[in-house]
Amino acid sequence: MSIPPTPAGPALEFDPPLSPVMRIDCPVRLDYTIAAGREQSRFLRAMSRGHLLGRRCPECRKVYLPPRGTCPRCGVMTAEDVEVQPRGTITTWCVTNVPYEGQVLELPYVTASVLLDGADLPFYFLIQGLPADQIRMGMRVEAEWADTLGPTLDSIRCFRPSGEPDADPASYAEHV
Amino acid sequence: MVDVAIVAFAQRPSVRNAVGDEVELVQPVIQQALEDAGLRASELGFVCSGSCDYLIGRPFSFVTALDAVGAWPPLCESHVEMDGAFAFYEAWVRLQHGDVDTALVYAFGRSSLGSLPIILSQQLDPYTVAPLFPDAISLAALQARALLDGGRATERDFAEVACRSRRAAEGNPNAQLRQSADVEALLGAACLRPPLRVHDCPPISDGACAMVLATGERARAIASARGRAPAWVAGVDHRIDPQDLGSRDLTRAPSAKLAAERAGAHRAPLDLAELHAPFSPQELILREAMGLGPQVAINPSGGALAANPMMVAGLTRVGEAALRIHDGRAGRALAHATSGPCLQQNLVCVLEAR
Ligand SMILES: [Zn+2]
Repeated sequence: MSIPPTPAGPALEFDPPLSPVMRIDCPVRLDYTIAAGREQSRFLRAMSRGHLLGRRCPECRKVYLPPRGTCPRCGVMTAEDVEVQPRGTITTWCVTNVPYEGQVLELPYVTASVLLDGADLPFYFLIQGLPADQIRMGMRVEAEWADTLGPTLDSIRCFRPSGEPDADPASYAEHV
Repeated sequence: MVDVAIVAFAQRPSVRNAVGDEVELVQPVIQQALEDAGLRASELGFVCSGSCDYLIGRPFSFVTALDAVGAWPPLCESHVEMDGAFAFYEAWVRLQHGDVDTALVYAFGRSSLGSLPIILSQQLDPYTVAPLFPDAISLAALQARALLDGGRATERDFAEVACRSRRAAEGNPNAQLRQSADVEALLGAACLRPPLRVHDCPPISDGACAMVLATGERARAIASARGRAPAWVAGVDHRIDPQDLGSRDLTRAPSAKLAAERAGAHRAPLDLAELHAPFSPQELILREAMGLGPQVAINPSGGALAANPMMVAGLTRVGEAALRIHDGRAGRALAHATSGPCLQQNLVCVLEAR
């Protein structure tokens, strides 16, 4: 097969010659309606009343917070409401030192995985009320609720040290 | 080749604005399919799912959905960012290795949460097409227009497909649109995107389905214990036409033709074909491409015009065909799934009783 020669067109000026296009702007905006599931909706509504509502797996008896409809371990629907306490134990943590776009918190700040008393799944929260270099595994913390509650995680402003002695590592070893 | 059969299939009714997140949507059908096959998740040799994060605007929703399977002890698991029919293909390939003898395939889609026709525009060429935001209905209308202009079909042909599909769906409790006015009345309606009218377009559907595959003796044992015929996969093939719409003849689907040939569709007569044609003109294109004559019953379930849960509707075609093999209503059936704009990608699977 022979390819016919391209007819000569008007000369195009490139500066620099034939430089590749390295960037194009294609703004994309897609709008979605959020529809939390049945169990997440129950959890969020409970938060707006100042309660933490988990769900228990009927097979392995673990309590999940936030609940997501099933036990990810057993693959069965969770079936029983369990109120979880707004205090718990830090299982692992992260100190953020690096500024980033959209940052609102003052650096450095601490986020941590908190194993709430009565739950079997650690949950991420902002930790305030202590110098960042004093954060540690096993530290006991309690929730500080926001002034205005709603069906949102913002109903908990942060967790703060509760002053209790550190938890026995055996009490959270399974959740690290 | 390792003989693979579909031994169980479960689906939930398609609805708009389903209550429940993806886990809550898919867990009941997974449980139903596994119970129907007498299997536990921990016994599965392979698990593969089909879904698309763009539908709900949240990354890695397929990882979240794994909570519905039960992931302890660890599963051997994979995922396609496509319709579940393509996950079915992956599972079939995985079973060809011969070291495992069962697989679970599932799919879920919540099309209600965003503007679906616009979301689908983001699967197009990102430099020259997607920035124009051509919505999926407009692209299907372009294809329909080409059929009309080429003298290959009429608006009445489109309406007949829509009417037949939705009347067939009257017998399908999982379908969403289950009745139709007659063709004359349909043709009296105004166009939505000329030449397409509302009846030529699929509903917005949320849904989920799940399927269990098994090989050889295992498939025979599972099926016979439940008094059903295994739906053996006689052939499966997936072909793709160019992505650039301008380089295709939109009135033809050469990839569907090739996939049907490679899947062995024409080796023996077919009793029925479940075609994944979300827009009525697309059924006409597929029937011609695959050489499906009047003796082949098309979409006895109602097809995607009756319920079109994105990422689910293709696997549902395979499942609907399998159910008809299971209970003896069909001896040999073709199932088809599509992906991409204007029937760009086509998967064909031939199922048979033996
Ligand atoms: Zn469990």
